[in-house]
Amino acid sequence: MIRPILTALTALGLAAPLAAQEVTPDPADWDAVLEAAEGQTVYWHAWAGWNSTNEYIAWVGDTVSERYGVRIEHVKLNDTAEAVSRVIAEKSAGKDEGGAVDLIWINGENFAAMKEQGLFFGPWVEDLPNWQYIDPVGNPGTIVDFTVPTDGLEAPWSQSQVVFYYDTARVDAPPRSIRALGDWLRDNPGRFAYPQPPDFLGTTFLKQALMELAPDPAVLEKPVTEEAYAATTAPLWAYLNEITPNLWRGGAAYPQIGPRLIQLMNDGEIDLAISFNPNEASNAIASFELPDTVRTYVLDGGTISNISFVAIPYNASAKAGAMVVANFLMSPEAQARKADPVVWGSGTVLSMDRLDPEDRARFDAIERGIATLSAEELGTTIPQPPPSWMTRLEEDWTARYGVGQ
Amino acid sequence: MRAARATTAPPRATRRARFLPWAPLLTLAVMLGPVLAGLAGTLAPALGYMPALGGTGLSLAAFDALFAWPGLPRAVALSLGVGFAATALSLVIVTLICAGWAGTRAFGVIERLLSPLLSVPHAAAAFGLAFLIAPSGWITRALSPWATGWGRPPDLLILQDPAGLSLIFGLVTKEVPFLLLMTLAALTQVRPGQSLRVAQALGYARVTGWLKVIFPLVYRQIRLPVYAVLAFSMSVVDVAIILGPNTPPTLAVQVVRWMNDPDLAFRFQAAAGAVLQLGLVLLGLGLWRIMEVTVAALGRVWIASGARGRRGAEQAVRLGALVLGGLAALAVIAGLAGQVVWSFAGLWQFPDFWPDAFTLRNWQRHGPRLAGPVMETLLIAGAATFLALLLTLASLEAEHRHGLRPATRALWLLYLPLIVPQVAFLMGFQTLSIATGVDGGRAAVVLAHLVFVLPYVFLSLSDPWRAWDRRQDTIARALGAGPDRVLWVVRMPMLLRPLLIAAAVGFAVSVGQYLPTLLVGAGRVATLTTEAVALASGGDRRVIGVYALAQTAAAFAPFTLAVLLPRLAWRNRKGMRDG
Repeated sequence: MIRPILTALTALGLAAPLAAQEVTPDPADWDAVLEAAEGQTVYWHAWAGWNSTNEYIAWVGDTVSERYGVRIEHVKLNDTAEAVSRVIAEKSAGKDEGGAVDLIWINGENFAAMKEQGLFFGPWVEDLPNWQYIDPVGNPGTIVDFTVPTDGLEAPWSQSQVVFYYDTARVDAPPRSIRALGDWLRDNPGRFAYPQPPDFLGTTFLKQALMELAPDPAVLEKPVTEEAYAATTAPLWAYLNEITPNLWRGGAAYPQIGPRLIQLMNDGEIDLAISFNPNEASNAIASFELPDTVRTYVLDGGTISNISFVAIPYNASAKAGAMVVANFLMSPEAQARKADPVVWGSGTVLSMDRLDPEDRARFDAIERGIATLSAEELGTTIPQPPPSWMTRLEEDWTARYGVGQ
Repeated sequence: MRAARATTAPPRATRRARFLPWAPLLTLAVMLGPVLAGLAGTLAPALGYMPALGGTGLSLAAFDALFAWPGLPRAVALSLGVGFAATALSLVIVTLICAGWAGTRAFGVIERLLSPLLSVPHAAAAFGLAFLIAPSGWITRALSPWATGWGRPPDLLILQDPAGLSLIFGLVTKEVPFLLLMTLAALTQVRPGQSLRVAQALGYARVTGWLKVIFPLVYRQIRLPVYAVLAFSMSVVDVAIILGPNTPPTLAVQVVRWMNDPDLAFRFQAAAGAVLQLGLVLLGLGLWRIMEVTVAALGRVWIASGARGRRGAEQAVRLGALVLGGLAALAVIAGLAGQVVWSFAGLWQFPDFWPDAFTLRNWQRHGPRLAGPVMETLLIAGAATFLALLLTLASLEAEHRHGLRPATRALWLLYLPLIVPQVAFLMGFQTLSIATGVDGGRAAVVLAHLVFVLPYVFLSLSDPWRAWDRRQDTIARALGAGPDRVLWVVRMPMLLRPLLIAAAVGFAVSVGQYLPTLLVGAGRVATLTTEAVALASGGDRRVIGVYALAQTAAAFAPFTLAVLLPRLAWRNRKGMRDG
């Protein structure tokens, strides 16, 4: 029915805008998606600050190109918000189709902001064939992003967890709680730093501290309210006031991004660092960025976990291709490769008991890095509080410590 | 019909003559169109209008939010302080080097040492410097532990100090070569040799004579580059992120942070901050102008006093200038050397001066991925520079042939893209380029680069071009040469050196562009700079080394040509070598 009309319009020279807008197949009809995807180029906007990630994305690109005829162009971002800005700029310019961004590596605040503005395509995620390997009940983080329901608008593809690492050549017993960290800093002034909020990892450190220090951690599962905020964060500010003079540079300067901590550790400027990647230390050792005496550990009370997603903007040019990529990212093959410390070493979002025995074997065969903890050692994970907490914490932190005293 | 028109078509030269008078206007439109439209696109959200984010009314709420930010007074003071300190220091160093050493063999060495440094991209220079001066940096490593006794680096706030001193140092190392090149280009027109000999015959010591006789002439020609340096230093983003303070950062850096905040409501505040940054730069220029007038008045008193200068003081000043200029050059060179070492480094810890091992692995891992960005960078920079030269030459020639005298106010328009902080109009510029459908491709990026390349090319070329002795034109015309022939055979060869310098400057400017490439290229156009900055966020000095070196090489090549070509072309024409 549509085809003759299109032909007629083409004849009239009117179909150009329609032709540019791909006819997006129903995600439930996967064969149609595959057919539409073939030959498409997916511009995947993804943070590119880490070599291992970039190389993994390049491998995904090679593989989906071979198997599905979908090309990936990795648009290397410094900050995910650049892609968000792009979509907003397109929307304000009225470019509701043929957009520059096909797929975004996203979560947390960025997801919440774009969802609120209605900037996503979907829902599509739960129709993907590989969704069967996800267990949303066992791992609610796959459908709830910082307490915001994903509503099928973003597909989980990577899981990470807060860890700490230290150099065994310089530190015997690292502090195993936030409180103990404060005491340790008193004895070792200047030997720990966290990235400056609103850097993602820096804010995560604040949240990790808040989880341990809050009088009633249960309020952190609900969006922030005025009363809850004041009472819950008071101990955090008291704690930060106490440790700030003992931080690296006395808190007068902060590392701007997480990976800078690796450099500071290697330069001997700090002895203890925080990371959002349990495999980061092993990986850094392998690429000569850290000495092989560095080891990873987690806090006794558990650490915050975090799931990364991919989402498709409402005006993406290659929605079918983007869905094919997202589906491949959730495949046992891609997930197992990603979990390999030699490649990247980040956690899988798949549920082991939903996998075939041979797929499970892929994961069992992975050798952990020298400074990587096993799943048991990683212990309990704590879910992220809602983004509204994060925003308030960032604002307050900046007013207190970020603008000079 | 066709034949009829062909027979009545005017001769080629006449047709071109019709285009030429429009060239200055076209040049201005290419440069200013995007800037003005971008400014409008920034002003609108600053006043609360951005329908995509639900802002449809007009309000000052964004400015209220901006002024409520507790870091604002310090951020503003930092921007002003850093801008003035970096500009004044650079100008003083360049002036004293020229005053003390112009025409000597040492000057030739300084020139050869400093000029290529102009091509070192700002981010690369800043990274190099950061590794030098950090408490765990190369300088400390050279002295530790044998001299300092430090087994671990001291917890000193050298980098990113709240007063912005390391940022100022970083900017000076990059602005000194720029101003020196601009001064050199101006000097070839001022002909200092004759005037200086007169001054020295009257008993003036070298530096005093130069300052009194040559400097007023030179400053007139480099004033606008100096303004550009001031505006740039006040609003620079990449260098300030690497070397500048963060508690709070400079205003420009903070504006970019707000722009990138996941909370989209900050877009309004960012726009307001961008508008404030623009006002701040204008204020800075006004203050600088007042300083100019004051210094000029004092200078006239000094010149009229007839003081000849004391030899002892002269020697101290000459030596000081040499040391400062040398330090600026050394800092960048040592910084680059550090990056070379890092790009081959295995494990390299404090306080080791050299890495534990050298390896080719870093280059093997990242080298192959350089090819695409290198091609893209060269194509874009080449195209933008070519267009800029073409427009600049056409405009200058139109001025010359049709007696168009650019009004002083019109001249200011030329500096708009350099003076308006990038953050102030890029936000609106992006929306504009999407709306007009010119975004996302290489051609669009070339056009965006042209906005920044054109003024630099024009700046570098217009003064030497206009200062060309018109009597040469009169003589050539009297000998029967037409205006085209005078242009190609007399004027361009005589001005070969400024022409090549202008091209090299334009090329380097294009190579260094980050934000415009990212925004207008929709992230799809990957140049060395966009790749380097994206990877730099990972902080591994090995990767930064590989990319920074590739980026430096891309910008360096044209400068080598600009220096070598005139020497090659005029190896048998001694009189032409100076320009």
